[in-house]
Amino acid sequence: MSGKFVSIEGIAKRYSSAGGTTTIFENLWLSMARGEFACVIGHSGCGKTTVLNILAGLDEPSEGAVIVDGQAISGTSLDRAVIFQSHALLPWRTVLGNVSYAVSSKWRSWDRAKVRAHAQSFIDLVGLTGSEHKRPSELSGGMKQRVGIARALSITPKMMLMDEPFSALDALTRGTLQDEVRRICLETGQTAFMITHDVDEAIYLADKIFPMTNGPGAVLAEIVENPLPRDRGRTDLHRHPLYYALRNHIVDFLVTRSKTFAAGTPDHDPRNVPIVHIGKPGLAIASDAKPEAPRETSCPGQARA
Amino acid sequence: MTSSLRVRAGLVSVALLIAFLGIWHLATRSTAPVATMSPEYAKLMGLTATQGKSAMPGPLDVGAKLWEHLKRPFYDNGPNDKGLGIQLAYSIARVGTGYLLAVLVAIPLGFLIGMSPLLSKALDPFIQVLKPISPLAWMPLALYTIKDSSISAIFVIFICSIWPMLLNTVFGVASVRKEWINVARTLEVGTVRRAFTVILPAAAPTILTGMRISIGIAWLVIVAAEMLVGGTGIGYFVWNEWNNLSITNVIIAILLIGIVGMLLDQILARFTRLVTFPE
Repeated sequence: MSGKFVSIEGIAKRYSSAGGTTTIFENLWLSMARGEFACVIGHSGCGKTTVLNILAGLDEPSEGAVIVDGQAISGTSLDRAVIFQSHALLPWRTVLGNVSYAVSSKWRSWDRAKVRAHAQSFIDLVGLTGSEHKRPSELSGGMKQRVGIARALSITPKMMLMDEPFSALDALTRGTLQDEVRRICLETGQTAFMITHDVDEAIYLADKIFPMTNGPGAVLAEIVENPLPRDRGRTDLHRHPLYYALRNHIVDFLVTRSKTFAAGTPDHDPRNVPIVHIGKPGLAIASDAKPEAPRETSCPGQARA
Repeated sequence: MTSSLRVRAGLVSVALLIAFLGIWHLATRSTAPVATMSPEYAKLMGLTATQGKSAMPGPLDVGAKLWEHLKRPFYDNGPNDKGLGIQLAYSIARVGTGYLLAVLVAIPLGFLIGMSPLLSKALDPFIQVLKPISPLAWMPLALYTIKDSSISAIFVIFICSIWPMLLNTVFGVASVRKEWINVARTLEVGTVRRAFTVILPAAAPTILTGMRISIGIAWLVIVAAEMLVGGTGIGYFVWNEWNNLSITNVIIAILLIGIVGMLLDQILARFTRLVTFPE
């Protein structure tokens, strides 16, 4: 964790229309260290996809700037790979063709054999060996998103941007892919920025969780440090003594505080948002530990979500 | 199951054809009584009046005449008597030339218009006005400016083929999925490479559909155009045979126009299938 690798500095997004300007969000400050996994969580319409698009260079902020690795970004870059919600594979290309397209875009002087070998190694990494010559239409949703991940990783980016990458998948496939993404990010020390509205996904994957209030006029409410150990596993995640406290804190935010935040905290300083530490960090997961409060399994978030 | 459906559909087709030919044959039999009249008058009136024979040929007459044509498709006995193969070749060459020129103009232009919202809006009123003009309405203007009937016919084909291709290319290019463009953008793919590796393959099915509509229209228009400009071609042949009162030849020409039109359409359909991708 060395300094600020990514720094979003006071960005805003406004749209002008006949009735005046609509501010989706403004004065948004956010930073990430190298190798960190960050999740932005919030309801639809809070502008989280816009934040990601600005970070990717696909969209431009109305105000403010984004600095990545010491340089203000302008436009898209091969340093920042995007995994799209709808996988966005080119349907007329095969799996290998889709990954090779990215590889040959990054290294234009490479010959075919080298591009293929490089693309193949990333197809192997996401576990699609044997499906190289299939077209996207022949793949299941999960396999398509694996190709999307392989394509993003194949250009060895400085950071990965993920826009609700698993929201269109069934629960089982989503879990497997979350495991894969977590494994790959830990192995490669990848900096990752993910948009989600799935609380459990954020808790499992993120080092830091950024809850955003409802738009229009959305703000970053706070920074929640994930207290769970880095070597957490999907199966014993919920046994960690701080799991439910963390989960409840985020669910409470999404259910109530995301609506009332602006009115309830008039002295909110977007440049220095409070950092929330749930309990004491660094506790190991005790495999025999019981969930500390059973009532929390039926928290209001699930009923309303 | 599908093959049996195919066989059954084939059988029904054959049955319908036989029924059609049968009715045609019965309808054109000689039935009226033979009138008696002076030989000079009979000569003036023709076979219809003298032998009670209909001027409408039966299927057997058409078949015999068709066989005659098929045996010698490429004979050339001067300006008014050429084999059907030669006439069709003239028509296909004119359609091919005009259509190809239209492809060369419509697809690059459509690409530009589709990629530029400004051009798209600026050119839209012109396209909307020019599109519904019957291609034959251009004929006098073409004849006056080009001063060559054969090139005028090609121009008419060009002007009628260009609109469906242009509009489909514009639509195809403008409606390429945003996410595919975004993929190219995040990969820092340049404009030219993006046009060829993302937009062209994505828009190809729509463009080919436009090309398929165009070839159909071009083949419809060439017959009318050749009736006007004369000289050669299947359209001229139809008009010439009408002036010769040879309904048999007219029917044969109609049949061949249909078959060639179908073949042209099938060729484009095959190309369309090649570039279509399942999603």
